[in-house]
Amino acid sequence: MTVAVEKPEKTREAGPAAPVKEERKVSRSMVVGAVLVVWLVLFLVLRGKQTLALAAADLTDLHRWFNDVNDSIGANRNSNPLFLYFFNEIRLVIDTLVTFVQELISQPSADRPVPQIGWLGVVGVAGFVSWAVGNWRVALLAVAGFIFLGLQGLWQESMDTLALTVSAVFVALLFAIPLGVWAGLSDRFNRIITPFLDFMQTMPTFVYLAPLTLFFLIGPASATIATVIYAAPPAIRITAHAIRSVPATTVEAADSLGATRRQALLKVLLPMSKRTVVMGVNQTIMAALAMVTIAALIDAPGLGKTVMQALESLDVGTAFNAGLAIVVLAIVLDRVTTAASAREEAARRSKNRFLTWRRPLLGAGAAVTAVLIYLSHTYIWAAEFPGEGGTGSAISSGADTVTTWAQDNLSGITNAFRDAITNGLLNPFQTLLTDSPWWLVGAALIALGIVFGGWRAGITTAVCVGLLVATGVWSDSMTTLASTVVATVLVMLLGVVFGVWMGRSALVDRMLRPTLDAAQVMPPFVYLVPFLALFGATRFTAIVAAVVYAAPVAMKIIADGVRNVPATTVEAATSAGCNTWQIITKVQLPMARGALTLATNQGLIYVLSMVVVGGLVGAGALGYDVVAGFSQGQLFGKGLAAGLAIVLLGVMFDRITQAAARRTSA
Amino acid sequence: MARQARQWRVGAAGIAVLGLTLTACGGAKVGDSSSEAGGSGSSGTCGSFNLAVNPWVGYEANAAVIAYVAEQDLGCKVTKKDLKEEIAWQGFGTGEVDAVVENWGHDDLKKKYISDQKTAVDAGPTGNEGLIGWYVPPWLAKEHPDILDWNNLNKYAAEFKTSESGGKGQLLDGDPSFVTNDEALVKNLKLDYKVVYAGSETALIQAFRKAEKDKEWVIGYFYEPQWFMSEVPLKKVKLPEYETGCDADAEKVDCDYPVYKLDKIVSKKFAESGSPAYDLVKNFTWTNDDQNVVAKYIAVDKMTPEAAAKKWVEANRDKVDAWIK
Repeated sequence: MTVAVEKPEKTREAGPAAPVKEERKVSRSMVVGAVLVVWLVLFLVLRGKQTLALAAADLTDLHRWFNDVNDSIGANRNSNPLFLYFFNEIRLVIDTLVTFVQELISQPSADRPVPQIGWLGVVGVAGFVSWAVGNWRVALLAVAGFIFLGLQGLWQESMDTLALTVSAVFVALLFAIPLGVWAGLSDRFNRIITPFLDFMQTMPTFVYLAPLTLFFLIGPASATIATVIYAAPPAIRITAHAIRSVPATTVEAADSLGATRRQALLKVLLPMSKRTVVMGVNQTIMAALAMVTIAALIDAPGLGKTVMQALESLDVGTAFNAGLAIVVLAIVLDRVTTAASAREEAARRSKNRFLTWRRPLLGAGAAVTAVLIYLSHTYIWAAEFPGEGGTGSAISSGADTVTTWAQDNLSGITNAFRDAITNGLLNPFQTLLTDSPWWLVGAALIALGIVFGGWRAGITTAVCVGLLVATGVWSDSMTTLASTVVATVLVMLLGVVFGVWMGRSALVDRMLRPTLDAAQVMPPFVYLVPFLALFGATRFTAIVAAVVYAAPVAMKIIADGVRNVPATTVEAATSAGCNTWQIITKVQLPMARGALTLATNQGLIYVLSMVVVGGLVGAGALGYDVVAGFSQGQLFGKGLAAGLAIVLLGVMFDRITQAAARRTSA
Repeated sequence: MARQARQWRVGAAGIAVLGLTLTACGGAKVGDSSSEAGGSGSSGTCGSFNLAVNPWVGYEANAAVIAYVAEQDLGCKVTKKDLKEEIAWQGFGTGEVDAVVENWGHDDLKKKYISDQKTAVDAGPTGNEGLIGWYVPPWLAKEHPDILDWNNLNKYAAEFKTSESGGKGQLLDGDPSFVTNDEALVKNLKLDYKVVYAGSETALIQAFRKAEKDKEWVIGYFYEPQWFMSEVPLKKVKLPEYETGCDADAEKVDCDYPVYKLDKIVSKKFAESGSPAYDLVKNFTWTNDDQNVVAKYIAVDKMTPEAAAKKWVEANRDKVDAWIK
């Protein structure tokens, strides 16, 4: 924790800041040092006492109570009116929606052996819609991407995934946009809803998958609702942000012209924030796709199933092929929505003559699309994707070859690296956290929270520490905390190196960005098997998996921060005779410190979201507890408590780093 | 811009013409009798059959064969549902799941759903015998044969040390849904080992696979029947003999795991429905070797479950006929 949050501070010290500030900072790092020294001394004296350790199969009263609640829900679901008239109704509506979309594009419907719209129709619609809302370039990308899915031999699976994603995003937006608008208009509502959004995003999905099937039964409805829970928050947050960013003067102007609240909202606020809202939609789509593999655990159809089944027999190639299809879907949807958000601006900039042609062209496109849909509805060749998916098998055998090569040739180096990090960094740190008495760790965390984030952050930390103790999984939380911090340190190291490189060179940025996108969207389950071969079933494997997932975000944010350093400042430094190294360390990094703190914040949250995946590859602790709770009835309560502990760790980190960020940018 | 627009117009017209040409070409139409399987031999008495598929290949083998026979011989409409055990059992009560066809113990679930909620019933053994225990890779058993006796484990503890085991030997445990007494065993047998949770079956198999290939020291929890045994025949370590009741108190277990008679569980509704699929599930029995063959087809030869089931059923018609007589 200390190391991670200190990072921006260090760069700040190096910066050419005002001397007065320098002094205050020294005192702050001295306080941090003092806290650490006191902690270390007390640790040596009190080691192993009051650590609140709990064995894997042990439960606390709270855990048993959660179990009882779960059982009584299960036992009463057929007689309880809440179920009969509320949950069952919701389930029915969502089931109908998903089944409708599935029969349209992915599943045989009624008396037909194929869906209503076959591959040709879907490709046509994808191309046409992308062109209509975006531009011809993304339309081309969409067509190529969808055809690639078919060539991979995964057409039906991809369409199942698409159907689920579309339904979930639709339901999510139905709630997210109005809630987002409300949160944008009312500060009070915004304050109320923010903790709920934090909760929805950080609570591990595994915790609520099993209960969801109790409420909404097994099948597409539960999978959709699980996806909605995870995917709706970004749209709510970004919509609220968009409404807030409309300049106050514009709103005042509308007011002075006598617009009612309703008119101001519909004619001014919404149109002006449309572009940002579409970015929120984009984020929701990405989050929904990230849920695809996990939802497969409760029988959600699609690519996630292929990934999961391939992993049962450690078939890396097949899992990779399906993972790649998810990446392709994500990239197409991402680029199309991004183009859609920029379209109006682009259209305004281009000459009007094109616009006069646009309408007839759209009409012609619609006609062609209709023909394609008709063909794919009527003829087998246009309904079922032709070929055996040869590209897919080529991809999987290629992935197999690469993995085997890496496993055979690299495991010596990787094991040495693993042992160095584990023994040099992780083990000592974890011992300090888990073997100190709980109140000592708690006090140290609170003190550090106050130093970095101020009194308010200190109070939040105190509340979180108290609740962590109450969950009964304190010791496991500290183990997880240690791995999380080490992973975040690695994320920040990579983030600074590559972020600066990308920020300084547009070419590098263009080259790396697709890889970063892929690393974020590729289901972690796909690369777990090779990582297991390289690093064994250890905590370090979990750390590496978390780094792969979290580092791209940090890199993107830091690159952005570095790029935003005014060119004149860099030029001035160059003319003053600074070499490249000096420019980076004395000018660009210090000036991008806001981005560095934000990257630390996001890096931590992303690392935390991988805790459960880490539990599958030997990280133990909270991740294992959550998975165990999902798998075994008598551990349900403990899994729920572990999930809550992850949320609490997330909230604690988030509040401290955000407060620290506000301070550094102030 | 104008030029671009013209290109667009031409392009669009071209595609339209192409589309119409293709229509004229025709092809097989959806719903043509030639494109269907000829109505198959469905007698219509079976109806739909919801089969849970738990996530391990051995189970998948059972499910694939049962589903194949139900579809081909009985004309059922089989819906497979990929679910973890806990959730599959939940499905008995809600009518979403009709049968679980390879159950390992799970006395807690049996109590909850068979005795208390009365939504499930036992449909008898699958014929498979489940062995749980501690296994080592074959190379290790060959070079140090005495390692197969638990009494000698402490002698080798130092060899099993890893970065995770805190100075002791590492005993690798698997997926959290597995039945395990290992922490109690290590304590009660006074072994100098620490249980490290790999967290998933995938992680466990990968560890053993690598251990055999690179001659590494690994000891861990594993089970039979399992397809991986046909790739790397792991050797079981002998623990103190199992006696009835020696595992009654979870804290005090100091004996080997019992031999599990794997069984099938069905929903009460399904059992009383009179569906021929229920009789099939009830009569279904085969041996560990049978299951391993089908599991190998799926996991090692990468056949689809349907193709694997077809291959086995065609080669073992006599066994299948006994289930549906």
